[in-house]
Amino acid sequence: MITRLAIALSWTAAIGVALFLLAPLLVIAAASFSPTPVFDLPIEGASLRWYTRIGRLDGFWPSLFLSLQIALLSTVISLVCGTLAAIAITRGKLPAAGIFATALVSPLMMPGLVLGIALLQYFRAIGFTMTWSALLVAHLVVTLPYVARTMIAGLARFDFTLVEAARTLGCTYPGGIVRVMVPALAPSFLIAGLFSFLASFDNYPVSIFLADVRTKTLPIRMLQYIEEAPDPTLAALSTLILAGTIVLLFASDRMVGLHRMAGTSD
Amino acid sequence: MSQAVLALPVSQPAIDRERLTAFGFALPSFLILSLVFVLPLALLLGVSVIGPEGPTLANYRRLFGTAYYLGVIWNSLRLGLLTTILTLAVSYPAAFALVRARGGVRSLLLATLFLPLAASVIVKAFAWTILLRSDGVVNQALMALGIIEDPIRMIFTETALIVGSVNIFLPFMILPIYAVVAQLDARLSEAAATLGASPLVAFARVIVPLTLPGVIAGVALVFSLSVSAYVVPTLLIGERYPTLATTIAKAYLLAREPGFGAAAGVVLLAIAIFVVALSTQLGREPASR
Repeated sequence: MITRLAIALSWTAAIGVALFLLAPLLVIAAASFSPTPVFDLPIEGASLRWYTRIGRLDGFWPSLFLSLQIALLSTVISLVCGTLAAIAITRGKLPAAGIFATALVSPLMMPGLVLGIALLQYFRAIGFTMTWSALLVAHLVVTLPYVARTMIAGLARFDFTLVEAARTLGCTYPGGIVRVMVPALAPSFLIAGLFSFLASFDNYPVSIFLADVRTKTLPIRMLQYIEEAPDPTLAALSTLILAGTIVLLFASDRMVGLHRMAGTSD
Repeated sequence: MSQAVLALPVSQPAIDRERLTAFGFALPSFLILSLVFVLPLALLLGVSVIGPEGPTLANYRRLFGTAYYLGVIWNSLRLGLLTTILTLAVSYPAAFALVRARGGVRSLLLATLFLPLAASVIVKAFAWTILLRSDGVVNQALMALGIIEDPIRMIFTETALIVGSVNIFLPFMILPIYAVVAQLDARLSEAAATLGASPLVAFARVIVPLTLPGVIAGVALVFSLSVSAYVVPTLLIGERYPTLATTIAKAYLLAREPGFGAAAGVVLLAIAIFVVALSTQLGREPASR
């Protein structure tokens, strides 16, 4: 009896959570097709007029390209550095490997806003004034922990004797890494890359302190649009980004399975 | 004896080379971490205690000595606590259903967790402003159902703030709990039942302790994220609920008081470090017992 009640309760919670989490996303999608500037219920008709306006938003294209550049570059650099560090940590030849691993993941739990102001002070103090480079370097600290966490977990399960075997068969050490380890860890790379790209692409609290008038990332622009003129154009833009994410998630589910992503995100 | 003497010079360089490789591999990340994370945070600490006339604690005195700023600190903690408690209350039971679900249902439920995680915080907060405003969806639905006659003011209230915050940080609570619940052996509760334990006792003495690491991880993550949230309070409640995060942003972007902003940042950082340290300690304890 109690068991059945508990099962019913857990299902109610799960379905409630699913609906509650989807609610804002559905509202954004519905609002983006609204024929009127004010989103009303019941919805009367649908219109694509807001989608045609996205490109005309003030400063939209430069911000989109900037965010894509920073997110892609910081993800690639983090994947290389983070994976190398994870190899050093998991192979156990590094003194204080545990402390180093904790330190690498620690920026995840630190308030982004504090990192933002700290970097602002620091870059000013050392005279580092190139906004684009400052954003990229700052985003490395945002993305590296995601890569480090996922790759340490992935490498802990990887059998390094496989690389040794490849070397015995005539492969060089870097060759063994690239041709044996990288394919075997493809799911971990995919998850690490996905999380780190999204973390950078969505980052607001670090970027806001480093951006200048001409160099603004997409999240900064979006908050600015909301505060200035919250019309459905923004909902249309959000829906497009969301649709892109669904495609990414669907592709990852096909390749590695979402339940594995849930497991390693611990 | 002679063997040991012979073996030594051969193996020594090999170990050194592996060590050297390990150092080389760790170096890029170490440089990023120390130059772009540790050093800036150390400088922030410095800025917060150095005034125009040398070392000073004036910034901290202003933070902890004024009723207004004590209220600001409490607002941050309150937002973190309420969000953590509410997300935990729904995540814990939901994680069990998630583990029991199979096939398509499980994929669907997991997708509802990942999709909002991948959507920008700004987008979700914007959605809640649409949902909760006076002529918004929630008010219209409540009026259509006859539950209320006139629209209730929801946006820019604490309710809106908490609803939005719970919505945004919920996946960070469920996922770590789901990860530990998924590893539970279903036979454990059966074993407890065979040994005469009632379901409630089995739950309290077997399931809860085993899932505690996931709960601790989720609580630490959600608390440290929500206590320092910036976008959520800015869009859903605004000036009426100043938090440490909004105070920091204001000190830097509007008031140009870096020293004071740095002090508020150090306090927020201290809260986060305290939570992380506490959770690491608590997470370690059951294993050593």
